[in-house]
Amino acid sequence: MDQAARRIPVAAPVGRPSHARRTGGALLLSPAVILLLIWSLVPLAMTLWYSVRRYNLVDPTQVGFAGASNYVYLLTDPDFITALLNTAILVGGVLVITVGLGTLLAVLFDQSFLGRGIARVLVISPFFVMPTVSALLWKNLMLHPIYGVYSAMMRAVGLTPVDWLSRYPLATLVMIVSWEWLPFAILILLTAIQSLDAEQKEAARMDGAGPLAQFRYIILPHLSRAITVVIMIETIFLLAVFAEISVTTAGGPGVASTNLAFLIYSRALLQFDVGGASAGGVVAIVIANIVAAFLLRAVARNLEA
Amino acid sequence: MATVELRDIRKTYSDEEIIKGVSLTIHDREFVVFVGPSGCGKSTLLRMIAGLEDISAGELLIDGVRANEKGPAERGLAMVFQSYALYPHMNVYRNMEFSLRLAGMPVAERRQRIADVARILQLEPYLDHKPGQLSGGQRQRVAIGRAIVRNPKVFLFDEPLSNLDAALRGQMRVELATLHRRLGATTIYVTHDQVEAMTMADRIVVLRKGVVEQIGTPLDLYHRPRNLFVAQFMGSPTMNVLPAHIVSVTDHAATVTTGPLTVTVPVDAGSLQPGAAVTLGVRPEHIGLDVAGAPQGLVEISERLGAATLLHVRLSDGRQIVVQTGGDNMNAPDSAVGVTPDPAHCHLFDADGAALDRLAAHPLQVGS
Amino acid sequence: MTRKRARLQRIAIGGAAWAVALWVFFPILWMVLTGFKTEPDAISTPPHLIFHPTLSSYREVFARETYWHFALNSVTISVLASIAAILLSIPAAYAMAFLPGRRTRGTLLWMLSTRMLPPVGVLVPIYLLARSTGLLDTRTGLVVIYTLTNLPIMVWMLYTFFREVPVPILEAGRMDGATRWQEITQVLLPLALPGIASTGLLSMILCWNEAFWSLNLTSSAAAPLPTFIASFSSPEGLFFAKLSAASTLAVAPILVFGWLSQKQLVRGLTFGAVK
Repeated sequence: MDQAARRIPVAAPVGRPSHARRTGGALLLSPAVILLLIWSLVPLAMTLWYSVRRYNLVDPTQVGFAGASNYVYLLTDPDFITALLNTAILVGGVLVITVGLGTLLAVLFDQSFLGRGIARVLVISPFFVMPTVSALLWKNLMLHPIYGVYSAMMRAVGLTPVDWLSRYPLATLVMIVSWEWLPFAILILLTAIQSLDAEQKEAARMDGAGPLAQFRYIILPHLSRAITVVIMIETIFLLAVFAEISVTTAGGPGVASTNLAFLIYSRALLQFDVGGASAGGVVAIVIANIVAAFLLRAVARNLEA
Repeated sequence: MATVELRDIRKTYSDEEIIKGVSLTIHDREFVVFVGPSGCGKSTLLRMIAGLEDISAGELLIDGVRANEKGPAERGLAMVFQSYALYPHMNVYRNMEFSLRLAGMPVAERRQRIADVARILQLEPYLDHKPGQLSGGQRQRVAIGRAIVRNPKVFLFDEPLSNLDAALRGQMRVELATLHRRLGATTIYVTHDQVEAMTMADRIVVLRKGVVEQIGTPLDLYHRPRNLFVAQFMGSPTMNVLPAHIVSVTDHAATVTTGPLTVTVPVDAGSLQPGAAVTLGVRPEHIGLDVAGAPQGLVEISERLGAATLLHVRLSDGRQIVVQTGGDNMNAPDSAVGVTPDPAHCHLFDADGAALDRLAAHPLQVGS
Repeated sequence: MTRKRARLQRIAIGGAAWAVALWVFFPILWMVLTGFKTEPDAISTPPHLIFHPTLSSYREVFARETYWHFALNSVTISVLASIAAILLSIPAAYAMAFLPGRRTRGTLLWMLSTRMLPPVGVLVPIYLLARSTGLLDTRTGLVVIYTLTNLPIMVWMLYTFFREVPVPILEAGRMDGATRWQEITQVLLPLALPGIASTGLLSMILCWNEAFWSLNLTSSAAAPLPTFIASFSSPEGLFFAKLSAASTLAVAPILVFGWLSQKQLVRGLTFGAVK
């Protein structure tokens, strides 16, 4: 749309469209709705069904109704508890790092300085790197105990290089995933900051607010909704982190870096335990739905605005 | 020949009635203006005529044929939108051509028509321009041109001048009036601006909350408003209204008093008795200053418009009225003045706000 | 004096921002550089900052025909899934934006909620379904899944773009005699083209980088680049130069897409909550 057309105040559509047009609307909507209905209900129902079945892909003797035993087995499995804990640490750690650092960096990149456009492009780049590349990039080029750049740097200052991924697998994964998602936080929060009315900042300056006071009383409240959105969306994706683990540690050593997603994967496609994996899937869906409920509430509020 | 007839037209959204039964006949070549404050339903009514909104109840006839179920394009109407709604991705020529192309008109005929319209509207130099490259007035003309090329039976205008600045608005008002005289097409025009209504309309329809308050010629509404709402809505500056009491009643006049003023107004008082509460309405231009008589108020502010001066006078009972006097009136703020409403131009409204029949006819007034 | 202070402050801010930007970008930069090294150069300790750039690693990656196979899979799957998602979401977004009914809001939110279903929660049934329908390790399988997973975001994003198109312009089209089809194709789509383009772009990015379904449902025949790169995890990954060259090739196109469309992406990624 051209600038001029955009300037013209748009009269809100008066009332609702006619009955005939609405019927046509339902017709236009139906392909997407029907497909999504199938996509969301069929696998879900199957997961629920399998989760109460005895079913192993390589053991045909296991058949029949399992009742709650898959769940009992899963919930009492120490690996499951570890995976749940790891998931929480991964999600929580990455959230703290990306949102905290992201907010500060968004404010920094909102300032005007030489070459801001290019610096901005550089800083958001990791978000567009595919997860398998990020994982290998960090695992080999950066953190490899012998050939990695970071190891070289440590040697340069007289330290002994550490094999990060086997010594501190979960912490290292938190770091790698944070590197992927920090740009997302910066990108969203920077956009949000830039939508702040300049006159509001000027008014605050006229009222004698210094940079810190401006941040605390003007910028942070303005960002609160964007921060909420970042937290919610990141949580959705972070709960499902998979490729990074699969490529770097394969969940190990032991289950030290296994999260819920990876646990279910290994149950299903490494141990072929369909019933147990499905029970895990149900748990994952429940957790994601709790988060999604919050996110949808935030988005729905925005629909009204 | 194009007439539009509305028969008890109604519009309901969920449970709320927005248009509460409008009946109206618009004659061939007539310029009718729907006017009213925002939310009065004037735009909705226009959009129902256009076919952009369903008609919940009642009947719409165009040239005597029921049109309720016809689509917008089949009704033979053209509409000029408030935001112009030009297609930003098409140049001026394509904008005007769009409807002709959809109608399957041969290229040569299209070209001829657009050339004619472009000449009338002085758009020839801009045919290659995109709407974004045009000024507000030019865009307005393209929107009108897009309506004209279709040679519609009826033109619909939805607040077409409200996005223009004051000077351009005045100029476009004249252009539109000229165009209407030249094309002689039936026109329905929606505005919230009573000046536009007064200056352009053959007949004005005053709407409030989905109800027609009054239909009449501009001078009709000015001189014989049917109620307080129309009286105050039409005319600028706004009519002064003062609560008053009837002192005495004759066959052809009622004498009322309000604060320091007593006026004998030539109206048919009907069943009203002395002592009844009424409202006295008198326009600022119909109040004279009495230099000789006893002062009845103090000038608080004088607004100098050049050609006229508006004096805001605080009467001795504390009420404020506006008096329009000559541009060179010398009354300074705080000077005491006497005010004399012209009885022949006073209006009386009963307790429900309905006007009492005025017995003094205005010389210019047509028929009724 | 204050002017001097302001200038110093600006330099400090610029310096800090650039330091952060370079630190964040460094791994990508290093990857690109390593791709131009020889294998011995790539694993030399300490790392060589100055080296003779060579295209040998790229030549080797290209020489293995498999690279083109994976790249072609990525392109085919991403393009087809994006086109399918856009074709499905245009009518849906049109209906929601311009013919809203009582249930529109609920439908939109429900669509979003389907996107929030964790993939791992339905891994088992999808895997089994794909296996029994013969869609395991096929491009069709991934196209179907990517179309469906991205559909909610596409509908939502298009919806926010369509909502910005002034309704009177569409009404003018109808007054001019446009049918529903003409209204969409001749008035709405040309107007919303930038929005549709960035919606398609987001879809491309999401498909290109998707690594859960591609890792689990494909192995070779239909495997896109994320799976190909994952195959470097060991022990071949120790050929740093080759890994870097392959990774650079896999990342470069989407990185450029991302740079070009960062502003519009915000909207899609936040479901329109942040503009």
